[in-house]
Amino acid sequence: MEPTNVGNPDYYHKVVDCQWACPAHTNVPGYIRLIAQERYDDAYMLNWESNVFPGILGRTCDRPCEPACRRGRVEDKPVAICRLKRVAADLRGDITPRFPEIPKQKNGRKIACVGAGPASLTVARDLMPLGYEVTIFEKNDRPGGLMWTNIPQFRLPPEVLWEEIDYILDMGVDIRYDAPVKSMKWLLEQGFDAIFVGSGAPRGKELRLPGRYETDHIYIGIDWLESVAFGHTNSIEENVLVIGVGNTAMDCCRTSKRIGGTNVKVMARKSKPYFKASPWELEDAEEELVDIVENHSPTEFVVEDGVLRGMKFDIVEWHENDQGRLVSTKLDEAFFPADAVILAIGQESAFPWIEDDAGIEFNKWREAVVDRTTFMSTREGVFFGGDAAWGPENIIWAAEHGHQAAISIHAYCSGEDIRKRPPEHMNLVSAKMGLHEWSYSNDYEYAGRRKMRHVRLEERLGSIETEVEEGFDLEQTLTEVERCLNCDLQTHFTGSLCIECDACIDICPLNCLTITHNGEEAELRTRLLAPAENTEQDIYVSEPLPQTARVMVKDEDLCIHCGLCAERCPTAAWDMRTFDLLKPYAGREEDHPYSGMGIEEMAPGGFVSAAP
Amino acid sequence: MTYIAKPRVFHPSLEKNELGLTRRDYEGVMSTLCAGCGHDSVTAALIEAAWELAIPTHRAAKMSGIGCSSKTTAYFMSESHGFNSVHGRMPSVASGANAANRDLVYVGVSGDGDSLSIGLGQLCHAVRRNLNLLYIIENNGVYGLTKGQFSASADMGSKSKRGVPNEQPPIDPARLGLSIGATFVARGFSGDKQQLVPIIKAGIRHPGLALVDVISPCVTFNDHVGSTKSYAYTREHFREAVEAAFVAPKDFVPPAEEIAADIGSAEVRDVRMHDGSVIRFRQVEGDYDATDRDAVYGYLSERQNAGEVPTGLLYVDPESRDLHDVLGTVDRPLWDLPFEELCPGADALDALMENYR
Ligand SMILES: Cc1cc2nc3c(=O)[nH]c(=O)nc-3n(C[C@H](O)[C@H](O)[C@H](O)COP(=O)(O)OP(=O)(O)OC[C@H]3O[C@@H](n4cnc5c(N)ncnc54)[C@H](O)[C@@H]3O)c2cc1C
Ligand SMILES: Cc1ncc(C[n+]2csc(CCOP(=O)(O)OP(=O)(O)O)c2C)c(N)n1
Ligand code: SF4
Ligand code: SF4
Ligand code: SF4
Ligand SMILES: [Mg+2]
Repeated sequence: MEPTNVGNPDYYHKVVDCQWACPAHTNVPGYIRLIAQERYDDAYMLNWESNVFPGILGRTCDRPCEPACRRGRVEDKPVAICRLKRVAADLRGDITPRFPEIPKQKNGRKIACVGAGPASLTVARDLMPLGYEVTIFEKNDRPGGLMWTNIPQFRLPPEVLWEEIDYILDMGVDIRYDAPVKSMKWLLEQGFDAIFVGSGAPRGKELRLPGRYETDHIYIGIDWLESVAFGHTNSIEENVLVIGVGNTAMDCCRTSKRIGGTNVKVMARKSKPYFKASPWELEDAEEELVDIVENHSPTEFVVEDGVLRGMKFDIVEWHENDQGRLVSTKLDEAFFPADAVILAIGQESAFPWIEDDAGIEFNKWREAVVDRTTFMSTREGVFFGGDAAWGPENIIWAAEHGHQAAISIHAYCSGEDIRKRPPEHMNLVSAKMGLHEWSYSNDYEYAGRRKMRHVRLEERLGSIETEVEEGFDLEQTLTEVERCLNCDLQTHFTGSLCIECDACIDICPLNCLTITHNGEEAELRTRLLAPAENTEQDIYVSEPLPQTARVMVKDEDLCIHCGLCAERCPTAAWDMRTFDLLKPYAGREEDHPYSGMGIEEMAPGGFVSAAP
Repeated sequence: MTYIAKPRVFHPSLEKNELGLTRRDYEGVMSTLCAGCGHDSVTAALIEAAWELAIPTHRAAKMSGIGCSSKTTAYFMSESHGFNSVHGRMPSVASGANAANRDLVYVGVSGDGDSLSIGLGQLCHAVRRNLNLLYIIENNGVYGLTKGQFSASADMGSKSKRGVPNEQPPIDPARLGLSIGATFVARGFSGDKQQLVPIIKAGIRHPGLALVDVISPCVTFNDHVGSTKSYAYTREHFREAVEAAFVAPKDFVPPAEEIAADIGSAEVRDVRMHDGSVIRFRQVEGDYDATDRDAVYGYLSERQNAGEVPTGLLYVDPESRDLHDVLGTVDRPLWDLPFEELCPGADALDALMENYR
């Protein structure tokens, strides 16, 4: 193999599994260490920079970081990253003085955003400090998009939502409520320099089966949740069937439980391993005594004299066919009585307000054709992001789309090539403080993941407003921050210093290191002290070593960043270095106000920039 | 040295031996030696060998004297017996222990200072007695523990850290051993476990004293340019005399078959030991014969005079008989004999004395 180029920020970034998996690349271990130092404001700001909604996401994020977390590979359960984010948000003080200043003198560019969901709000947050005038058109009388209309209050208290949205609106955003955009052509004529479409994927999918339109007791999940949020709906019948087993279904069944549904069943076509809902949402629903019924494929709504009686299902079995596709075989039929049915089988985008001749191309599913890098549609100056771009995702993706679209809009308005993306940089700072002192807590101790405590069942089912999760207490927080392995504390190797004494090889508790002769990657992986079987994780290969011309190889997979290799190395060929990704935001290529936070006091030597 | 202990967290592919133990079960307490010390690598090789041989950790005794090297017995097999004796006296204590309990596996770890200066006489007589003991000399050419004075193994002209050359001739433990009847002589290098681990395994199984000289650089006092015991010097002058593998009786395959499976490999020669185990030599140097004491002595003199560091399982006597065998002691360990049998009393002594009148 060629010697690994650790000068490319991607190499070390990938080692920080959570940060790499996070769509917005939040510096997770960085904020976890700040929490450990009780620096909650700093921890909050570090989050805010990249994910914009720490308090909201600390409760609701889809958490792609957690299945990726290294701790889950070393032990069984990942660090409770999301819960720690909430700790930072819960315990922060007044951080408003730390927000970027908004220039009084505007730059003369006007931007329109359609919809006030997380995608548009992120665009506004990134562009306002640069002097843009941002106008948001929102069809509802409140901002937030699905975060307000669809995420129930027992998961996300409105105060938390409004507070973080206000941080952005208070920058001076011109927000127009009850202002649905009814024509793209009209909007194009309003003199904006660029348009961002963040209108979401607002249409709930239909289930066209016999009986569908013979009763008014069949609801579309996202519309029904919205009408609960606005207070138009405040009760439901006793026997409820929820069709579908994604996250929307979970919110529908749990909401039903709180406003009159006593017998609530979630009906899934597939079996458990194929459920779309996050495991924790399934757990929460089951804890609230919702039945989850698998392998039931709906066939008919049973309506007698205009009264809904229930639904018929095929009981099925699933298996993979020759092409690896999942196919079902019918085993039996079943009838489930019900007096209300909620359809939660997916969402799609819909743009009835964009005219065919507005210059925006659509594909055969009526999705706008949007460039994956620039987020621009086929019409110059019109950008898409969030669920409006490629269908339903989640809040953290909406935020990241917002960042990228803002970068494009800024480049577009500055007359620059929007395809030329600002590069990512990194800082690498030695974590060595003294002979045996490191700037982080590197003791590994086995500790199981702390469990979130929930409000008592009777209490929580009594009201739609009672937040279920109580947040972490001090003991839980302290244990959980220590569970983080500090994957950003990189093992940095300088081959020219190595005397091949084997000290690092002998001490490494997880047999990550091997000195051997070089070879092709696949073959080399088999020759390591412990075979490197997880090919999703890189192996590091040094340049030839001075004494024998063999190479140092490190399998990144299970390194616990304990620093013992560096501690044992007599020549400091191994060093532990804090990696800090410098991610560019619109108009801020060089300015990284939150980078190195928590490191500046630790490393007396100051920043060492990345060696190429 | 290190302050953080090696945490008890393992790679999922960590194998178990016949006893159900992993390598990690053969570890000891955290090393307090300098980071990069060769001795720590010898420790790692000992752990590997003991694990591979599936030695029950409570059936082994670790013996040592004084020195950094002698401290290493604390860093492996924490469940084993151990005795950290006075400077240079490990062989006497080991002799006593071995006399009393012949059933344990004895691992002695000493240094060039401990064994070639103050303990030289002890070493020689332990060799002559052919005590059933693995005797490792972690050889760094200096007294590490007392801050780097030249030891008796320092080569002529080798320079101290401050640039002063050594002007007294060295004692070479390998040739010394050969000249006083050692039945197993080997030399390894802490930086080459591939070679060292099989030597240690064969040494542990050897019925008699297995003298293993391991070049084990002292990173702090003797790893500079001008030293002949540094990592770099040893690598540059390293010469493998013969390659050896230890084959336990149960794993034995006749060499013909192995060669057939590995065409083009050098000539293989098996030396069968008393217990049925085999040391399989793979020729590196044309006609090297590891059972010919005088030839080995000659080879060592020639290569060492040429400035090389010849290594490998240099010599083995397949007919080796350990002290208990020679003395004809009972099979049962002495400690286990009923007191009346071990010490039959004044009448029995008188009767014995009568024989000599
Ligand atoms: C039931 C449910 C639960 C969910 N739970 C989670 C969760 O726990 N965690 C998570 O990360 N994600 C969750 N999601 C997904 C997440 O809410 C969305 O992915 C995210 O809100 C998308 O953001 P957005 O800005 O693209 O659009 P949206 O949030 O959909 O916002 C679009 C906004 O545009 C407005 N709008 C639409 N058309 C027009 C128009 N023509 N003119 C003016 N305004 C218009 C809408 O009123 C809306 O306010 C959930 C979704 C659902 C349905
Ligand atoms: C009777 C006695 N004399 C002298 C000493 C001082 N002393 C301690 S260790 C040592 C030499 C150790 O050298 P070596 O065996 O080569 O071990 P190393 O530290 O080099 O591994 C000496 C002379 C002592 N402890 N006891
Ligand atoms: S252990 Fe910490 S830094 Fe490593 S992946 Fe998990 S949360 Fe991230
Ligand atoms: S930090 Fe070094 S010693 Fe610790 S697990 Fe990683 S490679 Fe091994
Ligand atoms: S401990 Fe340092 S000098 Fe020794 S082999 Fe490892 S990297 Fe090289
Ligand atoms: Mg010594």
